[in-house]
Amino acid sequence: MNAIVGVSAEKPVTSAADVFLEMNGIEKSFPGVKALQGVSFSVGRGEVHGLVGENGAGKSTLMKILSGAYHADAGTLVLSGETITAPTPASMIDRGVAVIYQEFAQAEHLSVAENIFMNRLPRNRFGRIDWKTASREAMHAMDRLGFCIDPRRLVGSLSVAQRQMVEIARAISRNARLIVLDEPSAVLGDTELEKLFRTIRTLQAEGVAFIYISHRLKEVFELCQKATVLRDGKLVSTRPIAEWTTDSLIQCMVGRPIADYFPQRNARPGEEVLGVSGLSRGKALKNVSLSLRKGEIVGICGLAGAGRSELLRAIVGRDPIEGGEIRLHGKVRRIASPRKAISLGIGFAPEDRKTEGLFLSQSVRFNVTISRLGNFGSTARLNLGKERVSVRDYVRRLRVKTPEIDTAIGTLSGGNQQKCVIAKQLNARCDVLLIDEPTRGVDVGARREIYELLVDLVEREGLAVLMVSSELPEIIGMCDRILVMREGEIAAELPRGASEEEIMKHATFN
Amino acid sequence: MASPNTMIETEERRFRLALPKGAGLIWVLAGLCILATLLSSSFLNPVNVMNVMRQVALFGIVSVGMTFVILTKGIDLSVGSILGVCAVTTALLLVGGWPVAAVVPLVLLIGVCMGALNGLGITLGGIPPFIMTLGMMVMGRGLALTLANGQPVGLGARAADFMWLGRGAMLGVPVPVWIFAAVAAIAIYVLRYTAYGRQIYAVGSNAEAAHLSGIDVGLVTFSVYVVSGFLASLTAIIFVSRLTVGEPTAGTGIELEAIAITVIGGTSLFGGEGGILGTIIGAGILAVLANIMNLLGISPFTQQIVKGAIIIGAVLYEMLRKRRARH
Ligand SMILES: Nc1ncnc2c1ncn2[C@@H]1O[C@H](COP(=O)(O)OP(=O)(O)OP(=O)(O)O)[C@@H](O)[C@H]1O
Ligand SMILES: [Mg+2]
Repeated sequence: MNAIVGVSAEKPVTSAADVFLEMNGIEKSFPGVKALQGVSFSVGRGEVHGLVGENGAGKSTLMKILSGAYHADAGTLVLSGETITAPTPASMIDRGVAVIYQEFAQAEHLSVAENIFMNRLPRNRFGRIDWKTASREAMHAMDRLGFCIDPRRLVGSLSVAQRQMVEIARAISRNARLIVLDEPSAVLGDTELEKLFRTIRTLQAEGVAFIYISHRLKEVFELCQKATVLRDGKLVSTRPIAEWTTDSLIQCMVGRPIADYFPQRNARPGEEVLGVSGLSRGKALKNVSLSLRKGEIVGICGLAGAGRSELLRAIVGRDPIEGGEIRLHGKVRRIASPRKAISLGIGFAPEDRKTEGLFLSQSVRFNVTISRLGNFGSTARLNLGKERVSVRDYVRRLRVKTPEIDTAIGTLSGGNQQKCVIAKQLNARCDVLLIDEPTRGVDVGARREIYELLVDLVEREGLAVLMVSSELPEIIGMCDRILVMREGEIAAELPRGASEEEIMKHATFN
Repeated sequence: MASPNTMIETEERRFRLALPKGAGLIWVLAGLCILATLLSSSFLNPVNVMNVMRQVALFGIVSVGMTFVILTKGIDLSVGSILGVCAVTTALLLVGGWPVAAVVPLVLLIGVCMGALNGLGITLGGIPPFIMTLGMMVMGRGLALTLANGQPVGLGARAADFMWLGRGAMLGVPVPVWIFAAVAAIAIYVLRYTAYGRQIYAVGSNAEAAHLSGIDVGLVTFSVYVVSGFLASLTAIIFVSRLTVGEPTAGTGIELEAIAITVIGGTSLFGGEGGILGTIIGAGILAVLANIMNLLGISPFTQQIVKGAIIIGAVLYEMLRKRRARH
């Protein structure tokens, strides 16, 4: 361990003149949590700096301090040699720092162009907003990123991936010198990510620096020149990328080695629990049929927009279906609402935990137990003691990092929120679990825990899991069968062990 | 290079410490009571104390219903008019010779139905709560005035066997206060210890997540307006009993009072946060404040100005506290 700690202090990799950002001795506490302790960190001009660490390590908090959204309890912030006192979001943007948050907020009722320019919309000489120029420049900014959206479209109508691109276009149009990307790969599909990487490299050549946060270490190795590891609010190590290996990075993040990435599978599927035939819904779903057996994990993959999430939403009755039938344990069922689905034993963990999965202002306890309160006494007389015991148990089993079970779930780090989403499904005691992006934003250690948990539930308790994921390794490593979707249809069914190439071949049209 | 403390924000920390949570409101109430005692010798006079308590009870009951509604991110502007309709019908039925044992449930049923109408409009009709209950407010007042022919309906001889509810006392405590205590206790229990209570918070904090969590969002939303209508009619009965007259204008403006009490009590207008304890204290604060001003002989016009300022202040305070907590 000693060999790793403190490298940055011993041999500075960048010389002082090249340093764009320097953060020294940053401290930040929240009630019950020391989120950051004495973090010192620097980024050079034109450098892509990877920032990694477990869920709740403090990555997003550090970036919020950098953007001026949070105020540090102690420490200094130096930009191009100038010490910044009392940073505010507006002043940091002016200084060329653009942070694209993990949970970013956009003005949904404004157009793409308006979002890109916000309060800097070009005006003509009469002071009126010049929409033509605005559109043109918005197009230009998006062009540089290699994507194209009608600048007049409302941001609320875009996919999460498109919104992320709009955010980046906004940063670029403001001539940002340092762009922070907080887990972009949690929302972008593979093709979009590729485009993003190309853009990063182009901008990097122009001297723009990046801080890139991700739980997918592969990306860090692909993109970054340096990587910094945070653990429990402390900076553990900063090193040039060549001095890291995946294993050393993981070991450094987690503090212990992580065994084989995917747990051993030992599938013995039983009879069919969920059967879907001829499911249709407008253009989103065309005649989809599938079968899910007891003790089986079936993966659904495909490009963004292929209808994966729509399929899950249609099965649980969130979106009405236009044709087809759903069988549960051999019986045809009409599932008109998620309520009905839950009562039939179908659990659903939606894709977007912030807007669909969680009650952000409520406690961890509230969130975990809400969909089946009957577990704790009768619904007319909840046994709060029993509820607490049970939630504490989930928190321990899933290693959710939270000061208390009564902490508002919105203050937890992204990955820990996701663990609570899973705890909620466990509490709902379903025998079919539909889960959309199970490990989005979850760190390596916790990911492994979630995989183990799912496999354990499947093999010991006969749970049947239908899992949508954009991460092919996860699909390949976990699933007994793989369904590839394309344009609302099931394009192929592949057995366990299919290769990424094979999946991609069916997912893309050729 | 500047000192490493450049970013420490001492003022902000001090400020943060100075802002108590919802429960801290009890100290505001206690402070007001002490102030009242100092300002006027008659504040602690038993008759005055009884009066204040009755006031708290009447506004409190309506506010409990309002709290349920606001917790779901809704609003109910029609409680005053429901109260008016129910007050008039109570008086008319009594004068018409109906027995008290029949009048009370019948009037409560009217309140429930009017609340249900609100609920249906909002859930099935998809009308925003503000508009639906505004319409009901106007309609209800019209109905009350029509039924009463624009005149107060006196109870006459029937007053004697009906006065107990509003004017009576048990163990030295006014009956309305007992009723309020029972209503509040049930409400606290429901919100804390039943699945239904949780669902109210769930609907208010994120309706989409509530739907996906298997909650019947429409039913929960519908129900809170029913509760609100029911409690408005209960208040109407106490009103008539206390005044021995059913005024068609009874309850005018009580919706604003109830919203103010709920908000002062720390329930968020954005839904999902708050509770009954705050509302009880909120009712206490407004009642004591009004009482102080009455005792000091401040004109009712000035009182309105003060009350309005306090509502704005309370909301501002709550938002400030939250903003501090977030950073
Ligand atoms: N506003 C807040 N209020 C209270 N606690 C907070 C707040 N923001 C963050 N925290 C806590 O600070 C710690 C660090 O959180 P942070 O979001 O920075 O983690 P992270 O490294 O970004 O994790 P992830 O990979 O899951 O996104 C966590 O324990 C979190 O619960
Ligand atoms: Mg984060």
